[in-house]
Amino acid sequence: MKTSKVSFLFLGALVTQLFSWSASAATQLQGAGATFPAPIYQRWIAEYTKANPDVQINYQGVGSGAGIKQFTQNLVSFGASDAAMTDKEIAAVKQGVVLIPATAGSIVLAYNIPGVDNLKLSREAYAGIFVGKITKWSDPAIAKTNEGVKLPDSPITVCERSDGSGTTFVFTKHLSAISPEFKDKIGEGTSVTWPTGVAGKGNDGVTALIKQNKGAIGYVEYGYAKNNKLAFAALQNKAGEFVTATTASGAATLATTQFPPDLLRAWPSDPDGKDCYPISTFTWLLLYKKYDNTQIVEAVKKFVNFGLTDGQKFAEELGYIPLPKEVVDKNLEALKTVQ
Amino acid sequence: MAGNERMRPADQKIGKTKRRPDLFMVLTWVASVAAVVTLLWILESIVTPAWPAIQQTGLSFFTSTVWDVNRNRYGALPFLIGTTESSLIALLIALPLGVFIALFLSENFLPLGVRHVIRFVVELLAAIPSVVYGLWGIAVVIPLVQQFGGYLSDFLGFIPLFSGPATGNSMLTASLVLAIMVLPTITAISRTALVAVPPTLREGSYAVGATRWETIFRVLVPTAAPGIVAATILAFGRAMGETMAVAMLIGNSPRLSWSLLSPAGTLAGLLANQFGEAQGLQISALMYAALALVVLTLFVNMAGEAVLRRAEKATAGIR
Repeated sequence: MKTSKVSFLFLGALVTQLFSWSASAATQLQGAGATFPAPIYQRWIAEYTKANPDVQINYQGVGSGAGIKQFTQNLVSFGASDAAMTDKEIAAVKQGVVLIPATAGSIVLAYNIPGVDNLKLSREAYAGIFVGKITKWSDPAIAKTNEGVKLPDSPITVCERSDGSGTTFVFTKHLSAISPEFKDKIGEGTSVTWPTGVAGKGNDGVTALIKQNKGAIGYVEYGYAKNNKLAFAALQNKAGEFVTATTASGAATLATTQFPPDLLRAWPSDPDGKDCYPISTFTWLLLYKKYDNTQIVEAVKKFVNFGLTDGQKFAEELGYIPLPKEVVDKNLEALKTVQ
Repeated sequence: MAGNERMRPADQKIGKTKRRPDLFMVLTWVASVAAVVTLLWILESIVTPAWPAIQQTGLSFFTSTVWDVNRNRYGALPFLIGTTESSLIALLIALPLGVFIALFLSENFLPLGVRHVIRFVVELLAAIPSVVYGLWGIAVVIPLVQQFGGYLSDFLGFIPLFSGPATGNSMLTASLVLAIMVLPTITAISRTALVAVPPTLREGSYAVGATRWETIFRVLVPTAAPGIVAATILAFGRAMGETMAVAMLIGNSPRLSWSLLSPAGTLAGLLANQFGEAQGLQISALMYAALALVVLTLFVNMAGEAVLRRAEKATAGIR
């Protein structure tokens, strides 16, 4: 008798509690997609919700492909993808899609050769390494651009991504643009079949492979290489200059991007300009053109607006490239079309 | 045992009361049906999405060596071989080791207390999460394999199995770590089987003048063989399905290679790596690979059952 009374009271308390929760419930935004921009998105979320406690935002770095899938199935309030969305994918979303290139980054070729920290790779050299044609560090194609550097006569261990990834997409797109042989043999895609090397899962997996294997080279996001203190090579750009990945050289590349008028989707696959770092890219937020819920649409717009303006100042410290002003302006225009 | 009238439980009808459905029986019935239904359900949910790939690639899925997502060509042979090869090498190392440990723990070489401690420690290996084995492999086994693999390929490089260059993330690394991971399974079940051998057999063997070693290898091990075989099969199953540690160590390469020092790939690793970003036919092909893995494990278990039954029959007389 006593216990039943107690449990009844407890149940009552629980019910009231539940009601009070739902009454004060904040607007909840769910986002999912690319892992590459996840750190900066998380930072935006942290900063934005600090100032706006009535909004709760949750972003899951599940990968670009999975992000597009969840976005198309209407499971999230916004998606994110390093490979934007294809026309076919956009057509599958009945509410319409607004692509927002929200932040940008560079991909570097990190390497592990003890005693060498200023490697320069010509276009021919790094394309050759990833095609599997250049297999030793002492290869003349590498030696030619590295006079005075003592390169070992050891095999090159090429490190790549084993999982499907936007990073692979951008990197293979670039290699396909500069090497017909690469385009023909391997091609571009989020998951390609490499002719040589070992593969690890995620940027951290590749980073670990490079650290473990002497004579290794692999492609990782600039931020990962920087945080893990990996050495990365200066790459030869279209103009023939050797450029290291920095915020400035990445920004120079982004500035060359020409967007088509109606859709903010373009990759500077092989930028033309002597200060340009050859492999820099945008990464996109995916928004619906029409939202059902006015509360959610307002929250999404305000949050994205924050990211595009105030949020850009976190880019550099996290290893991303702040967006050029023209791109921010175009984005803000595009954001207005979201309803 | 079978067909013995006395072994059957007594009839439950009491007097003339009508037999009521027994709640306990209903529960057990539901539980066992649920297990079967779950298995079928899982199979169904693998086969349905796999169907487009099954139709398009058919049996060439198992003979083609090209896994190229870009060109929508899917051949799982390298992964199929990688899965079986890494598991077999792991067993090759773990089986003798595990049986020796089991023998050691079931004989009275050491006081009981010490044996208990060793047994506990070996079985504790099973409690270590897969990802920790992976990290340990990265920190310890990879540098070892790199170094000794380098010597191996220098001196024995003419044998395809040891041809270089020796990468740390390789078939050998994955197999070594797998061997340690399946060791507790082999040891625990083999030990139980050895301990269960009737003491009369041992005494009989001593009585006809056999030494301890003769007794162990001619009497104890053959009698415990069904248990040891069962242990091996379970270990094989675990090794084939192992995902995380292997994906971290094997190098995830879709290329076939004779060399143990080259990177390779497994079915489970392929699924874990590619599923997140897969699209279209790739999803279907991955499901097909999952189906292959399930069928492979099922086949191994069935083969194991058959061996087990045979061995049981062979030793039935002395039990």
